[in-house]
Amino acid sequence: MNPLPDAAQTALEQFSQAAGWEQRARLLLEWGQRLAPLSDAERCTANQVQGCSSQVWLVADGPAGASQWRADSDARLLRGLLAVLLARINTLPVSELAQLDIADWFNQLGLQRQLTPSRSNGLHAVLQHILKHA
Amino acid sequence: MSLISPWRADFPGILSLHDEGQTYLDSAATAQKPQAVLDALRDYYSRGAANVHRAQHLPAQRATQAFEGVREQLAGWLNAADSREIIFTRSCTEAINLLAYSLDIPWQAGDEIVISALEHHANLLPWQQLAQRQQLSLRILPLSAAGEIDLQQAAALIGPRCRLLAVSQLSNVLGRWNPLPALLELARAQGALTLVDGAQGCVHQRPDLAALGCDFYVFSAHKLYSADGVGVLYARQQAARLLRPWQFGGEMLSHTDYQQASFLPPPLGLEAGTPPIAGVIALGAALRYLDGLDAQAVARHEAALHHALLDGLRQRPALRLLGTPQCALASFVVDGVHGSDLAHLLAEQGIAIRHGHHCAQPLLHSLGLPGACRVSLGLYNDGEDLARLFSALDNALALLQ
Repeated sequence: MNPLPDAAQTALEQFSQAAGWEQRARLLLEWGQRLAPLSDAERCTANQVQGCSSQVWLVADGPAGASQWRADSDARLLRGLLAVLLARINTLPVSELAQLDIADWFNQLGLQRQLTPSRSNGLHAVLQHILKHA
Repeated sequence: MSLISPWRADFPGILSLHDEGQTYLDSAATAQKPQAVLDALRDYYSRGAANVHRAQHLPAQRATQAFEGVREQLAGWLNAADSREIIFTRSCTEAINLLAYSLDIPWQAGDEIVISALEHHANLLPWQQLAQRQQLSLRILPLSAAGEIDLQQAAALIGPRCRLLAVSQLSNVLGRWNPLPALLELARAQGALTLVDGAQGCVHQRPDLAALGCDFYVFSAHKLYSADGVGVLYARQQAARLLRPWQFGGEMLSHTDYQQASFLPPPLGLEAGTPPIAGVIALGAALRYLDGLDAQAVARHEAALHHALLDGLRQRPALRLLGTPQCALASFVVDGVHGSDLAHLLAEQGIAIRHGHHCAQPLLHSLGLPGACRVSLGLYNDGEDLARLFSALDNALALLQ
């Protein structure tokens, strides 16, 4: 198993120290705030992920063979979830992405409930999109 | 003011959720079930299941008697003229689709179906699609600022080409009673058929269909404190004659050979295949349970709860209510805060409410909103549920604002 990307290591340290929902929420808001927004042009229908109750846009962006994504949402907590997702998967070789247990990653962060395939949460749809387009 | 529900202990689901730290405020989506309903399901299966209507043996007689007994019971509960006016379906949505597919009237291109701007997708899409199939025109009744169907505009829109008026009794988003008697009168004056979607309304006010005088009335059992998988269609006898079989199979025929068949009249002719027997029997138990309650006490409790809900929401100036709800539920948005963020943080605190379009996308769109949060009540909710909601709301808004 390769070591975690730096950003993922930071996320893991911060979230595993969070006690309770309130601290996790604060962390998600902070991570969301730091996520670089997409441009207006990139927030277009073509980049929009279907199946989310909030709007989510994903842009694949990187050298061939590597998994590199940028993402944005109009919901702040979802931006945070996108940020910790991208922290884990960006820069991974595509071959490694397919092997990655994303559920376990969110589990380690104490965010496993956010991954349910319910329409009220966009994260599941985002993952499906990334795996399909990887 | 103490807001204690004397019926809370009758609902094992609400107690279990409470033990798990969950405050259930999503009864407009589906309600928890009283012990009487759970017992009825268990009894039916544990005493020996059997299919209805055909077999000669004792278990089948027992099942048929229980199943048909609920038809009688429903006719009484709805104040229908005859139990043959009660047709079982598998959901309220299926009941409306049944109408859209089986209503056999000589549609002419340009005939009108009239619905309202606040309809649930279940009372929009079957008519939208029928209109497309038959080149009909779908007309939409606009709403007043309070959030009910505007009667003046309705009078102008329900015209001589209106063949069917299909409106809901109580909006699942705005929580207001529609002015049904006046609306139905407008439709009848044009010779149009009338359908009332009682999915939300029947839970909070026992329907009196003799007084209401609609041709069709639909609701689902699972919102009425019973099991899912059962819808009910009431079709007034004269109107039922306009319904042709729409699904074909066992139980619904009088005779068939390989090439030709003749079918039973409603209700059985519209109930192809094995019906949801256990669910129907459970619905009978739910009605008995509800009949055993002091209806006035329930109404007082629900009104007091709703009043306290609105009060608490209005005390939080950041919240903007949708319309002026009268009953059962309230929807709101917070300007500058994404509803999904709010719902996320409420869920984190064990508050089960909804955020989204509540299966009424065109309504939310017309209000200029991508979605709204909805709190909805059942007779088992109490003041403490509301206190937990308000404290969770304050915590969430403190983080998000």
